[in-house]
Amino acid sequence: MSSQPKIHLDKVAKVYPGSKIPAVEALTLDVHEGEILVLVGPSGCGKSTTLRLINRMIEPSSGRILLDGEDVTKGNPDKLRRRIGYVIQQIGLFPHQTISQNIATVPKMLGWDKEKIHEQVEGLLETVGLPPDQYRDRYPKELSGGQAQRVGVARALGANPDIMLMDEPFGAIDPITRERLQNEFLRLQAELQKTIVFVTHDIDEAIKMGDRIAILGERSRIRQCDTPERILSYPVDDFVDDFIGTGSTIKGLNFLKVDSLTLTGYPTLSPGESTETGRSRLREAGREWLVVLDDAGAPLSWANAEHLSGETAGEGEEPGDHLRTDDTLFRALELMVQSSGGMSCVVDTQGRFQGVVQMTDLSKAIRRAQYEARLHYEELESRA
Amino acid sequence: MSDAGYGTAMQHGDPSRGDDGRTAPEEPANNGDGVSSTTRRARAFSAAGLWLAPALIVVLAFALYLYYRSLGFTADSTSTAQRSLDWSSNLWPQLVEHLQIAFGSTVIVVAVAIPLGILLTRPALRRVAPAVLTVANSGQALPAYGLLVLFLLLMGQGKITVIWALALYALLPVLRNTMVGLDGVDTSVIEAGRGMGMTRLRVLVQIELPLAVPVIIAGVRTAVILNIGMATLAFLIGGGGLGITINVGLKLNQDPVLIVGASLVALVALTFDWFGALAERFLRPRGI
Repeated sequence: MSSQPKIHLDKVAKVYPGSKIPAVEALTLDVHEGEILVLVGPSGCGKSTTLRLINRMIEPSSGRILLDGEDVTKGNPDKLRRRIGYVIQQIGLFPHQTISQNIATVPKMLGWDKEKIHEQVEGLLETVGLPPDQYRDRYPKELSGGQAQRVGVARALGANPDIMLMDEPFGAIDPITRERLQNEFLRLQAELQKTIVFVTHDIDEAIKMGDRIAILGERSRIRQCDTPERILSYPVDDFVDDFIGTGSTIKGLNFLKVDSLTLTGYPTLSPGESTETGRSRLREAGREWLVVLDDAGAPLSWANAEHLSGETAGEGEEPGDHLRTDDTLFRALELMVQSSGGMSCVVDTQGRFQGVVQMTDLSKAIRRAQYEARLHYEELESRA
Repeated sequence: MSDAGYGTAMQHGDPSRGDDGRTAPEEPANNGDGVSSTTRRARAFSAAGLWLAPALIVVLAFALYLYYRSLGFTADSTSTAQRSLDWSSNLWPQLVEHLQIAFGSTVIVVAVAIPLGILLTRPALRRVAPAVLTVANSGQALPAYGLLVLFLLLMGQGKITVIWALALYALLPVLRNTMVGLDGVDTSVIEAGRGMGMTRLRVLVQIELPLAVPVIIAGVRTAVILNIGMATLAFLIGGGGLGITINVGLKLNQDPVLIVGASLVALVALTFDWFGALAERFLRPRGI
């Protein structure tokens, strides 16, 4: 990781007047340049409060906030906020201003000249996938929820901030549109490389969006902060385990790729080879099935001893869809449960047969990931 | 939001404010200009209403003119009733006075109530809002006659006294609507503005006030109409106005005088109500 975190929270706490229990208790957290850090936790854990402490929409009671090593805890909060993009669930577009006026809000405050603002607005509309000709003069009420949220993102990007704070930005959007916006946003982020703090209560969204996830408990205490893979493989305590819920192992398969597996040799039968050869290969390998290949080396069908009993290979079982080496193990699992033999063929980019993935490969991969994660935590502990 | 207790029940006019929601969440439905057919119909309807009112006013004015002509008196008539119906020496000056009173007090109301309403919705002063509203409420709850007499005792006879009394009387609708209008601004819009680094003042001027304009104007419209109506009582404490003519008609039991006086006041009120409707329509920011 880079030497200096982009955002550093140093024992930041918030105690509301008249309340003895702090809403946020001495939180120390680093956010690195160009990453999406997701704050996730049950409702009322203070994750939104934590987010709003960063741009001082809520003033911290104690502690320091450093951006690029510069202490921003004192000083003008309005100036600070103009450096930070801010997206909220309700979006909060100004209903009496056109889309382009909305997006121009921060550039105008910063005193950009008209020409530059115009270019910026057009560029941002393109970026979020809304053709400027069609959208720049519309009013917010003429947009659907998804379009409004895109404008919200464009507005937050208004003056090219390198930090963005997003408070459940896709929370109020229907699931299909949400998924599309998430994907679009990830694509956008791959290009823009902003430093993003993202709040959600949805662990699946956290897993999908986060480079790292901070799971927060009561009073915004960090229970675990790590990559989604590691959290899924090795939840540090029952709280985290409960929170990520059942099926976390299966979700973890999304982070493992087919090419991370060592594919074991598997009997095949090329065109021109006799069924006799096939039968002996089955016996040698001690397998029930082999893969019949076509001229190009692509899997044609699954065949067992019965299919191979005649002079020519009989009609085998359909092989179904093939896995590519860059597919996730989640996809592998999906194909396997659909296949009759509980196995799935892996092909390379040219479609040539590479090997077979079966259930035991998946469990091995999962156990290895869990082992590595545990090792990582034991190492951390021994260093501490 | 409305914890200060001047909430929804007091909202004046403007039924369309409720539907500031966006169109349906589905993405592709927005190929047209995005305005649903119901809002379009509602707008067409209100546009028709906007131009129907002046037509009605013109018809009424013409009818009044014909009636006035048919009375057939001459300027040098000797009867009091007929003299009181003379246009240039009586009705016109009274009409001018009437408008002066109504305008004067409306100007005061706007100058006092809108800034006061803004102040009372700021976080620091929100707590005193109910107390101030109670005072404004009692201003309106007092019988107008009583209020005039009270001001007569304080300030003596004359137009100025009437203007101040009516200003207090009409303060409430503008104050209340300013507060309701500002409070009705979606908090997430304010949150977004603050979150982007807009100062409180900038949020007030660029976001809150423009969004509250329709409700505030509805309040001003109410105040103007109240003032025009109440100015008919101005004559009681020597303030002049069309109330004089109405009073003469009543005292002398002269229906024509009564009808001309009262109809003139009604016409003025209708005309200004229409101006108010125009203002509500054209000062309302686009997009809401």
